[in-house]
Amino acid sequence: MPIDMAQFHQTFFEESFEGLDLMESGLLDLNAGDADIDLINTIFRAAHSIKGGSATFGFKLIPEFTHIMETLLDEMRDKRRQVTEESVNVLLQSVDCLRDMLASERDGSHLDLDRVKQHQEMLQKIFNDKELSPVSVVSNGSRERNDQEPGISGWRIKFLPFKNLLSKGNDPVRMFRELSLLGDFKVTVDTSRLPAFFSLVPEECDLCWELILKGDVTKESVHEIFEWVEDDCELDILPLSSEMSAGGMAEKSDPASADEKEKKEGSRIPEDIRKDVSRVGEKRNTQPSSENSSIRVGIDKIDGLINMVGELVIIQSMLAQLGKDFDMNQLGKLRDGLSQLERNTRELQENVMRIRMLPISFAFNRFPRMVHDLSQKMGKEIELKMSGENTELDKTVMEKIVDPLVHLVRNSVDHGIEMPEVRRENGKPETGLLHLNAYHKGGNIVIEISDDGAGLNKEKILRKARERGLVKEDEVVSEEGINDLIFLPGFSTAEIVSDVSGRGVGMDVVKRNIHALGGKIEVVSSEGKGTSFIIRLPLTLAILDGQLVSAGDQIYIIPLVSIIESLQITESNVNLIAGKAEVYKLRDEYIPIIRLYDVFNIPPRNTDLKGGLLVVVEGDGKKAGVLVDDLLDQQQVVIKSLETNFKRVEGVSGATILGDGTVALIMDVSSLIRLSHQAGSINSRPLTFFANSKAA
Amino acid sequence: MAKILAVDDSASMRQMVTFTLKNAGFEVVEAVDGQDALKVAKTTKVNLVLTDVNMPNMDGITLIRQLRALPDYKFTPMLMLTTESGDGKKNEGKAAGATGWLVKPFNPDQLIATIKKVLG
Repeated sequence: MPIDMAQFHQTFFEESFEGLDLMESGLLDLNAGDADIDLINTIFRAAHSIKGGSATFGFKLIPEFTHIMETLLDEMRDKRRQVTEESVNVLLQSVDCLRDMLASERDGSHLDLDRVKQHQEMLQKIFNDKELSPVSVVSNGSRERNDQEPGISGWRIKFLPFKNLLSKGNDPVRMFRELSLLGDFKVTVDTSRLPAFFSLVPEECDLCWELILKGDVTKESVHEIFEWVEDDCELDILPLSSEMSAGGMAEKSDPASADEKEKKEGSRIPEDIRKDVSRVGEKRNTQPSSENSSIRVGIDKIDGLINMVGELVIIQSMLAQLGKDFDMNQLGKLRDGLSQLERNTRELQENVMRIRMLPISFAFNRFPRMVHDLSQKMGKEIELKMSGENTELDKTVMEKIVDPLVHLVRNSVDHGIEMPEVRRENGKPETGLLHLNAYHKGGNIVIEISDDGAGLNKEKILRKARERGLVKEDEVVSEEGINDLIFLPGFSTAEIVSDVSGRGVGMDVVKRNIHALGGKIEVVSSEGKGTSFIIRLPLTLAILDGQLVSAGDQIYIIPLVSIIESLQITESNVNLIAGKAEVYKLRDEYIPIIRLYDVFNIPPRNTDLKGGLLVVVEGDGKKAGVLVDDLLDQQQVVIKSLETNFKRVEGVSGATILGDGTVALIMDVSSLIRLSHQAGSINSRPLTFFANSKAA
Repeated sequence: MAKILAVDDSASMRQMVTFTLKNAGFEVVEAVDGQDALKVAKTTKVNLVLTDVNMPNMDGITLIRQLRALPDYKFTPMLMLTTESGDGKKNEGKAAGATGWLVKPFNPDQLIATIKKVLG
């Protein structure tokens, strides 16, 4: 049964991409003139594995490419070649190129073949001083061809093994067996070397053989059988018919096979490359991107789970035992069992969630390279410091936070940290510091991106905001408010739009993405001293901290991150706009009031605003007050998708099952606010509490 | 049934080799590098060792040398998987006690043919 190699591709891609990351970080650590053998070894091994795997799994373009890299690294490892900045840079770029090649193989996406060729040439150029070419290892010299000479009908083989042949695991019988498959085969054993019985060492090979092989067999195939033992024996292979006349033709271990193989490869390559090149370009299969389809889990996590399940089984059997003939005397035991079950379930849940957790280094790893490249490009000197790389984060959150982080880091490098001259003038060290930090804090993960650059220029921000009409001319904005302006859509202070950052889209998208993850971003900046962006993210998307509220006879859940505060309505703060929209005066701003029972069209318990509870929420930068009947518990809820089980409902992000088995809807605050705006229905009813108060 | 120790730091190669061998009816134990393999080989007696050469912690050649020094593995066939078609690694491996080698890339059929050849 042929084996489908495609089943191993996923693993190959995973490890290859990991290998590339390893190569990249290794190369970044490798300094010119340096010859850290361990480091080069690690990089070499990664290249070597990619080469070996890609060749085995049939990705033809990649082995050629990695071969040059590998050879270059091999020479560096053996100190035959100096580690220069140029070679490190070319290797780094080759890593990028290789990444694209692998991605193209994996996803069937388009590959820029000119670029591959260009990189290959660049690598080649590095070699040029040594004339080392990966594809031209063609052995010259005319080798004796193995073709059967006419008239020869077989071979006489004299096989004199050295004493140590057996101690390498080679068994002469194996070779005889193979030879016997090639034709008519006769073995004559020569015991002349055999010592006297008492001096016999059974582990040594003292026998010799003369083998006669008749048939249409090439000399090469005979050599092939002895390939592994050629250095451990004397071997004479003589043609049967002409052996008398050509006694001197005997040859010892013949390196032909290896050389010839190379020769074949050498001549094979140019044509095949062309074929491969066009094949990769054409390849656009329907296989979906497999980027997110699997996850690597540490054995310890799996072991933890198995442990938990084991305990669960024990408790289950204990409870089952109790239930068989239960009487009230055993109530205490039952309670113990149940509380143990509860503890176990919670632990199991935590452990399962941990499977999806990955250290944030997966996201951070790209930054050394990025900062290195960007700072080189811009002539800045930047030291990147990273801490808390082992902080774990949900895989999905991780994937979605990468883009915002990249944007923020680019911003810091581009706008934050000043040019070395400017820094020197301002009495700062020429090398700027960029610090990425991650840590857990109260059920959230906090990521900080701090630089010691120029800080936000408040005047400039305010001026820009006014120019763009984001802030009215006479509006007074607080210090913090100014910083927050940078998150507004259409705001960019970049004087020149560079290809590093500042295309006018940016911080608002960053903020929106982080909000979509249920997170928050804030900025702290001190002019001349630096800027810090602080991102707070939930640990996972599958569970959220919710505030349970009741409206009518229903329970709803408002995500805690969206809640700013909850308050009891003071009647004097409620106003009607245009005679219909209810707004609440919250300190110095007005926020619309959303009556939850209206949105969901359920019979209200109480329509009176007076003394009612208002939950002030924020979504997409807009605030609103949600009128609820009661504030209940705060608890973690597991999100069940409504979309997959039912259909998408505006204003609702999902549902959950509460402890008593009832289903509660989880509010999507942004869409709730949008909904209330659209419908214009913030209220078309007369303000009930004015009516009541009039009556009173 | 013959038991084979497959040693490779690359998960995909290990996966491929193991699958192929099991598919052909062999029993397989895996190791991720030389050190790991040495540990495994000491607790489980295997009939054949199939090892990659370039690996972290302990390379395949050192592994072969150390295994050969163990009484249990004095005559056990040990094959290296090597990408080098040149003689350097092969000779080094032979000197360490390797039985033979299989040059990467190889396909499953070649692998099985070689193993069957050695195990008879």
